[in-house]
Amino acid sequence: MLNQNAKLSAKVFADDIEKAPTRDGFGHGAVEAGKADPNVVVLCADLSESTRAEWFQKEFPERFIEMGVAEQNMATVASGMAAAGKVPFIASYAAFSPGRNYEQIRTTIALNERHVIVCGMHAGVSVGPDGATHQMLEDIGMMRMLPRMTVIVPGDAEEARRAVVAAARADGPFYLRFARAATPVFTTSETPFAIGKALTLWESEAPKVAILSTGSLSYAALEAARTLEAEGIQAIVLHVPTVKPLDEAAVLAAAERAGRVLTIEEHQAAGGFGSAVAEFLAERHPVAVHRLGVRDQFGQSGEPDELLRHYGLDTLHIESAVRALLAA
Amino acid sequence: MALTDSEIANLEKRAENIRETILKMLVAAGSGHTAGPLGMADIFTAFYFHILAHDPANPEWQERDRLVLSNGHIAPVRYAAMAHAGYFPVEECLTLRKFGTRLQGHPERMRLPGLETTSGPLGEGLSQAAGIAYALRMDGRKNRVYVLMSDGEQEEGNTWEAALFTGKHKLSNLTAVMDRNNIQIDGMTEDVMPLEPLADKYRAFNWHVLEVNGNDIRAFIVAVDEAKAIYEKPTLIIAHTIPGKGVPEIEFDYRWHGKPPTKEEGERFLREVRTMGGKVRGEYA
Repeated sequence: MLNQNAKLSAKVFADDIEKAPTRDGFGHGAVEAGKADPNVVVLCADLSESTRAEWFQKEFPERFIEMGVAEQNMATVASGMAAAGKVPFIASYAAFSPGRNYEQIRTTIALNERHVIVCGMHAGVSVGPDGATHQMLEDIGMMRMLPRMTVIVPGDAEEARRAVVAAARADGPFYLRFARAATPVFTTSETPFAIGKALTLWESEAPKVAILSTGSLSYAALEAARTLEAEGIQAIVLHVPTVKPLDEAAVLAAAERAGRVLTIEEHQAAGGFGSAVAEFLAERHPVAVHRLGVRDQFGQSGEPDELLRHYGLDTLHIESAVRALLAA
Repeated sequence: MALTDSEIANLEKRAENIRETILKMLVAAGSGHTAGPLGMADIFTAFYFHILAHDPANPEWQERDRLVLSNGHIAPVRYAAMAHAGYFPVEECLTLRKFGTRLQGHPERMRLPGLETTSGPLGEGLSQAAGIAYALRMDGRKNRVYVLMSDGEQEEGNTWEAALFTGKHKLSNLTAVMDRNNIQIDGMTEDVMPLEPLADKYRAFNWHVLEVNGNDIRAFIVAVDEAKAIYEKPTLIIAHTIPGKGVPEIEFDYRWHGKPPTKEEGERFLREVRTMGGKVRGEYA
């Protein structure tokens, strides 16, 4: 059953639940962070409309910096601005930042320990028609391997807004991952959110599986849990926006309680969120773990829904994966 | 204000001491780069002992000028200059590259106060300096930003992204200094990947460009003064240096780019440094 303490949207299972892309949360959050702190600046690499950086630009034109198509320079200029007291957000598509500028992020932001917030937009296959070049599926892995880097994949636009505001107030290097497609806004401003904390969305009395999910697919996990409950399969759905540092206590508690874990992410199954969970559980509390993600493939053109279905990341596939895990 | 001959002589003496320290630290380390640090000893001397507003006792002083080292592999010269300027004891230079040292093989800001950035991977210093300069200008601050880069790293795309950005924003509070010593690991720069005409390239990117003998302390200081007077553009000083300057056996030999002297070579080279100007100054201690 739904965790009432999560204070999710009253329309969480309604057909007319509000939908918005997590990138909108970046746009709103950046403006909010900019109002709270005059040192917040936004750098963008020729993608101000689609990243929603232009919302900040309209509000604070003097604090918006157009970098042109130069992601390596964007990351390193941001490092320099942070050195001089600014709080820079850098926005481009995840395929290019951190895809193109990984080494700049590694050396001048992570190793150099600068408070720069790398915002990877249009991540995952749900970018849709643009195809494989733009469908970043390796960024969580790249970023979570970096020492000192905090990695957050918000579940919806509201949580994205709050993650942006929280990252601006915090310190150190951040990677925030956003998506292009409109997805259900299942959290509210009342929903608990803190960097490093997971959120139980669904928890039944005698769960047989813990579904751990990051990003907007947590909503699909929630829908799957409801369907499975009707079949008599009880579950936990743990939404884990902060991939690093992992909320180990929450992951451990869910694994201990349910005894089986299914992880879900719009990312390569190798190296990402599911890997983080599996690595932790293998050392601390070995249980059966199955990871849903893209299996060593690139994406392709298509509509977001059909791509998620094709790569096995929609609600029906989650339900099947749970049944298979229980039968194993 | 023009420097007197005796002031210049004092700076040259400091550069010589810094060269000696560089050789000793490289011998002790058993690895590291030799030619670049020796070639840049005069410029680092000019910065730490004349040009920079800085306070070795308070490396985070808000009003300091920023000296960003892009090509981090010449770190020995920065460490030696910082030590002689009073940031830390000169003896600590002998810990270069050893386990537990603050003097990492490539400079790490988090380990040693007084470094502005962490550097080593090439082509990133100009961008970081541009970010610092942009932010300082946003805040109306008058600090100057200097970035030292190599000629080899002009082969990095990131460098030219930064050159575009710096030119676009007319960051005149930034002065870049290019160590034009014409060598890189695999050979002479013009053989590995021709870079010339460098001055014309930067001018085309909306920079003011000066060329100077980078081993002439007075000429270098004059060039930096001119850069301060240019308000419309960032300035690049192409400093023509002799790689390995001060040790005839090393000078102009690209094979010394990335290796240290052995103990025996170090003793010989130290004697050579000490005979600069024809004046022998004691034996290797």
